[in-house]
Amino acid sequence: MKVFQNFDVLKQSLIKVLQVTVVKKQRPVNLQLNTISFPPSAIASILHRISGVGMFVAMVFIIWAWATALNSSEGFDLVREVMGGIIGKIITIGTISLLIYHVIVGIRHVIMDMGHWEELKAGNTSAIVSFILWAVSTLVVGVVLW
Amino acid sequence: MVTNQAGLKRNGVQDFVTLRATAFIMTAFSLYMAWFFISTPTVTFEIWQGLFASTGMKVFTAAALVSIMFHVQIGLWQVLTDYIKPVRLRAVMQYVLNIIAFAYMAYGLFVLWGV
Repeated sequence: MKVFQNFDVLKQSLIKVLQVTVVKKQRPVNLQLNTISFPPSAIASILHRISGVGMFVAMVFIIWAWATALNSSEGFDLVREVMGGIIGKIITIGTISLLIYHVIVGIRHVIMDMGHWEELKAGNTSAIVSFILWAVSTLVVGVVLW
Repeated sequence: MVTNQAGLKRNGVQDFVTLRATAFIMTAFSLYMAWFFISTPTVTFEIWQGLFASTGMKVFTAAALVSIMFHVQIGLWQVLTDYIKPVRLRAVMQYVLNIIAFAYMAYGLFVLWGV
């Protein structure tokens, strides 16, 4: 009888091992990003990261412009000239746009820290509202500074 | 427990608070600068230098510069740990990017000192 009981235990554990291996094999190894749908809240999140990294890169230009304009009158004129050019305008408006986005979605993040807009629907709505606020303010800044 | 303490572990709560505290300072600085540009009809060199000559503004700018460094440190750590899987590459990138973040801050403070 003991032998049969042991056999039963062995059989059960063997089935378990098989199940685990099968489940593991069915798991996707790589996430295929183009097959996954991104809700607005996910897009808001990834853009928040991109805008942050973008500003870190743009800091070279910001710090240079700020410091050069402070150092001397000639430097101030140079920065004015550079920021008046097409590339300078694109960098300036682009950086301000990144900052606006990062701040808007950052405030949304803090509001979510406090326990609001955490549901699926509210999260997506607040993300879309953030996009609209960003687009409008970027448009205003772009028109004023161009 | 001991090995846990000895590793290169970060304090999540401290990161969380620092990220938001520095974000608040930088947002306040950005809004102040926006208000300055909106309320000043033409920004000349004298007005620009005068803005940063006051001690109050120097402290505010220094706080913003230091905030940028801490915020970047935590933010880039979050991004790098998610996307850069090889540990050594990530460590090197983090090291280099943190030096750049420090350089921004130090350069800014020295310029501020000279105004």
